[in-house]
Amino acid sequence: MYRSHVLVCGGTGCTSSGSEQIISELQKEINAVGLAEEVNVVRTGCFGLCALGPIMIVYPEGSFYSRVKPEDIKEIVDEHLLKGRIVKRLLYSETVEDENVKSLNETDFYKKQHRVALRNCGVINPENIDEYIAMDGYSALGKCLTEYTPEQVIQVIKDSGLRGRGGAGFPTGLKWSFAAANQADQKYVCCNADEGDPGAFMDRSVLEGDPHSVIEAMAIAGYAIGASQGYIYVRAEYPIAVKRLEIAIDQAREYGLLGKDIFGTGFDFDLGLRLGAGAFVCGEETALMTSIEGKRGEPRCRPPFPAVKGLFGKPTVLNNVETYANIPQIILKGADWFSSMGTEKSKGTKVFALGGKIHNTGLVEVPMGTTLREIVEEIGGGIPNGKKFKAAQTGGPSGGCIPAEHLDVPIDYDNLIAIGSMMGSGGLIVMDEDNCMVDIAKFFLEFTVDESCGKCTPCRIGTKRLYEMLDKITKGQGTLEDLDKMEELCYHIKNNSLCGLGQTAPNPVLSTLRYFRDEYVAHVVDKKCPAGVCKELLSYEIDPNLCKGCTLCSRVCPVGAISGTVKQPHSIDKNKCIKCGACMEKCKFAAISKK
Amino acid sequence: MAKTSSTLPFVGTPEQEAQLKQYIEEHKDQGGALMPVLQKAQEIYGYLPVEVQQMVSDGLGVSMSEIYGVVTFYSQFSLAPKGKYKISVCLGTACYVKGSGDVFNRLSQRLGITNGECTQDGKFSLEACRCIGACGLAPVLTVNDDVYGRLVVDDVDEILAKYAD
Repeated sequence: MYRSHVLVCGGTGCTSSGSEQIISELQKEINAVGLAEEVNVVRTGCFGLCALGPIMIVYPEGSFYSRVKPEDIKEIVDEHLLKGRIVKRLLYSETVEDENVKSLNETDFYKKQHRVALRNCGVINPENIDEYIAMDGYSALGKCLTEYTPEQVIQVIKDSGLRGRGGAGFPTGLKWSFAAANQADQKYVCCNADEGDPGAFMDRSVLEGDPHSVIEAMAIAGYAIGASQGYIYVRAEYPIAVKRLEIAIDQAREYGLLGKDIFGTGFDFDLGLRLGAGAFVCGEETALMTSIEGKRGEPRCRPPFPAVKGLFGKPTVLNNVETYANIPQIILKGADWFSSMGTEKSKGTKVFALGGKIHNTGLVEVPMGTTLREIVEEIGGGIPNGKKFKAAQTGGPSGGCIPAEHLDVPIDYDNLIAIGSMMGSGGLIVMDEDNCMVDIAKFFLEFTVDESCGKCTPCRIGTKRLYEMLDKITKGQGTLEDLDKMEELCYHIKNNSLCGLGQTAPNPVLSTLRYFRDEYVAHVVDKKCPAGVCKELLSYEIDPNLCKGCTLCSRVCPVGAISGTVKQPHSIDKNKCIKCGACMEKCKFAAISKK
Repeated sequence: MAKTSSTLPFVGTPEQEAQLKQYIEEHKDQGGALMPVLQKAQEIYGYLPVEVQQMVSDGLGVSMSEIYGVVTFYSQFSLAPKGKYKISVCLGTACYVKGSGDVFNRLSQRLGITNGECTQDGKFSLEACRCIGACGLAPVLTVNDDVYGRLVVDDVDEILAKYAD
């Protein structure tokens, strides 16, 4: 028995900020003081607060150390682990109040959260199946195989009201019932772990922190629809997730939880892993299956839907990682428990990846119906540097920008669509007054132009033309007529594209035109970029009253555009200036501004 | 995305060829083997020149045109060799709104190469990538397997200096 457990986050965020080094340092110091038999160091999945990484929690006290550095470890081991004195100096400041240490669950970041899909992330060691089993792991599969018929399993999922977490929000139980109804010699269960939406990383965190929950849910789906083989299609950009999935699948096989005759019930189910190769369109279900078949990942027309003709032409169920992560809990706790959370049409919780201009970047899981304001201001801790909130972008390249006036809308599938955005996979990027909305629209269109597979014309050519018009506007060459033309083109692309990529690609343009038209007009009519982002519309100026003539700017200017003599105000030659901003960055007297 | 083929002559060892052939042999009977085989081939050779594609074609009995189609479809497959140090700057949304575009431009300026290119000495290659999922540390770049986060433009020189050898 260990008397203390030290949990260190081993997710991608914390690993990137050096948690591996923390773990090896911990083990070294713990051995040095002879505590190896008493203190257990566990590498877990994501805690959610990536902004404060590397993160470690010491139990039983629950002390939350943030931004830990290797040189702090000796002190933590000597003081806390050896002598039982918490090192308050290194604790997450939110957990220290008037010299008292409060629980993590009482901090602003965690108190409104409700963890279902992320329940084991940051709690268990994802590379040890026993820890998952100790948290009731695989008992949902056992319950299904021994107590429920496949029809009953599907009924529970239907009753729970669970909708797909990958974006479109299709009812999961219904999807399963379609695949179950089709007779075939072979059926497949697939998992979409091709989280291509830039800025979304909840699926990665589930796979890194709790891979068995996905494996268990896929086996349940296999039982429900009558499939004996499954595939997980995961992005190759997620090496840690891939490694942990491989370990988890091997362990599940070893324990007889995958393979032949699971739980002695005669049910066979096995899993294979397939790696993506960097194509956003492969997140679309038909494209994903084409890719697993080893071809160019191009989507195809539906119907026939995958439930009828999917992978290798056989009936297939495809769900996303977060959807699967909910399933074992629904089976164990019941449909009523799940449907008691959320709004009328969107049940349960949703994980959001908070990013961009916000204090607490990281992963949050909240009940559906939580408002954007609660997520941004309370959980996220607001905007840094005293800047003003401008927009929240949800749904990635398929979604839209939500302005401040809609901050109080309860978030669910239908409300987000009504205000011109969409749930998507749950990326939530916050933008402040320094972000130009025309530039953001252009950024997303550049992405879709790049990622369009080229199969259908509206998407292939339409997005390209849309991008060119946006580019023109950011260079100050747009006209008011362009804005109307753009809007018209958007509707053509939406209505005529083959798959979800094209059908949603114009959303970033439409939503910014709807809520930030004045910014477009400023670019077109006044030839100004109000946020100061679009280079062609900017000019740098030196305020002669503030300039001390230190000559620093003229020395850092890469093109020699700044002239002046020592101790005299300098000036910028606008014809030579390439607007790199180096002078403004270096000026010690804030004498240089961009307009 | 347009892909540039390499003009450098192909150099491969018999060991590499044996390794690839063995992998093909083990996987050729499973459905959809082409993608895993190409991924393995790229792992072995670092890129997928026409000579390697030919080996895959012979081994799997898949036509060259189909292989070329797949290789050019997915952005991770490369027709040209990468640098000794592969620099990827994340241009995902979270990184972009926090200024990763400026970081990319500074790197491009310092190295004298742009997206998808490799320096003359073969040391550095530069690419823009889409979200590695470390959004909490935005803006982020990677050099081979090392991750650098919470960057400002001026960090670029310091990072490049670490790979001076």
